[in-house]
Amino acid sequence: MNWIGLAGFGLVILSAILMAGLAFLRRKSTPAFREIPAFARLRKAISLAVEEGSRLHISLGRGGLTTPQSAAELAGLEMLRRIAELTSASDRPPVATSGDGAVTILSQDALLASEQTALSTGYDATAARLTGLTPFSYAAGALPVMQDENVSANVLMGNFGVEVALLTDTAERENTSTLAGSDNLSAQAILYASAQDPLIGEELYAAGAYIKARPFHTASLTTQDILRWLIVIGILVGALLKLAGVL
Amino acid sequence: MKLKGLFSAVIAIATGLIVLVGYFVEIPILVNLRITILNWVIILAAVALFVGLFNLLAVHADKIRNKEKGGIYSLILIFSLLTTLILGLWLRPDHALMALIFTAIQLPVETSLMAMLVVTLTYASIRLLRPAQYTGLRRRNNLISIIFLVTALLILLGTAPVPFIGSVPILGDLIRPFIVQVLAAAGARGILIGVALGSLTTGLRVLFGADRPYGSDPSRGGK
Repeated sequence: MNWIGLAGFGLVILSAILMAGLAFLRRKSTPAFREIPAFARLRKAISLAVEEGSRLHISLGRGGLTTPQSAAELAGLEMLRRIAELTSASDRPPVATSGDGAVTILSQDALLASEQTALSTGYDATAARLTGLTPFSYAAGALPVMQDENVSANVLMGNFGVEVALLTDTAERENTSTLAGSDNLSAQAILYASAQDPLIGEELYAAGAYIKARPFHTASLTTQDILRWLIVIGILVGALLKLAGVL
Repeated sequence: MKLKGLFSAVIAIATGLIVLVGYFVEIPILVNLRITILNWVIILAAVALFVGLFNLLAVHADKIRNKEKGGIYSLILIFSLLTTLILGLWLRPDHALMALIFTAIQLPVETSLMAMLVVTLTYASIRLLRPAQYTGLRRRNNLISIIFLVTALLILLGTAPVPFIGSVPILGDLIRPFIVQVLAAAGARGILIGVALGSLTTGLRVLFGADRPYGSDPSRGGK
């Protein structure tokens, strides 16, 4: 193993230890997060959807689980699961769209596992849909869902590219709110300009914790903060050493 | 905890750990196991794709059956899907006709969608300038939005030649490279570091079994 691989493995082990330790220490304390207004508005949108009998559209993007973007898809799936649980009192299940077969199966599984599908309305296999396999065919397939299915709010979380502008534009035309996050830099820039509530950077991965926090989610956010500070210190020390001519 | 849920969690976590450790530690048996598991994943992903296609067919068949709005488009989609599938299976994907279907239908349609983005993004940029009460967008008309727009304009003017003038001297040679290579690169790296850390902790949560994208979660009262 070369030193870069060793450093990577060390970072993973350190993160795992930090996360497990913090989750154990904080298992009984109430989590405190910095405020991200987008999530407060999403909770309001979920309540409104339940009251109005409208649907929430969760778009998981066109990334796959076998690609480097799988973490964004996992974050989206976790959000879908939470939203499905929170809307269990509604008679309209959320509708999930994705651009990958495996993600579609997992989103069906998430909806099936929610209390709503188990107890009240019965399982609707078409509530989780594959809408297209290429970026633009995915977006083109997701647009009718936003227009024709009595959707009151859209949550776009996963791997999107520039095609996300078509989705946010449609959401605006339909006068529905949009919370959107992507791991792609171009998509983040577009979302900043076009989405009502854009998530920038790692905010995408914090979504699950903000909607329904559990010890491991709180611990993962604290771990991210610790690692970020370690990286900042590393960069500053590296720059100083470079200035001093040591590196 | 039900045995089924426990069993699936143990398999998922063990598999994840083998692939993760096999990636970093070069023990032959671990590396071989990792490659075998990844090959299985590729086969399963292909099967999942086929299941996804059936889902697509079911959704659009329902639309036609229930005479929903846009049913005609669903009919066209099903016809196109089945035709392409049958031709692909019969002629194989590298046949000239399959290439023609891609270059004559798929490519132009996707390119036209890309062209629509120009209008969409221009409109979004204009909306950034409008007062928040008219757009429904929050967080607008602040300093960051103004910086965002001014930067976009500077990059556009610095990249594309202006009619009758050509490239703008200081903008193209000095300001644009400074913004792109220093400010934007630094910001992008910061965001990417955040995304990488988020990916790492998301993966670890799945490995710890705290997030379960598969099956029900017994800790939440799932069945």
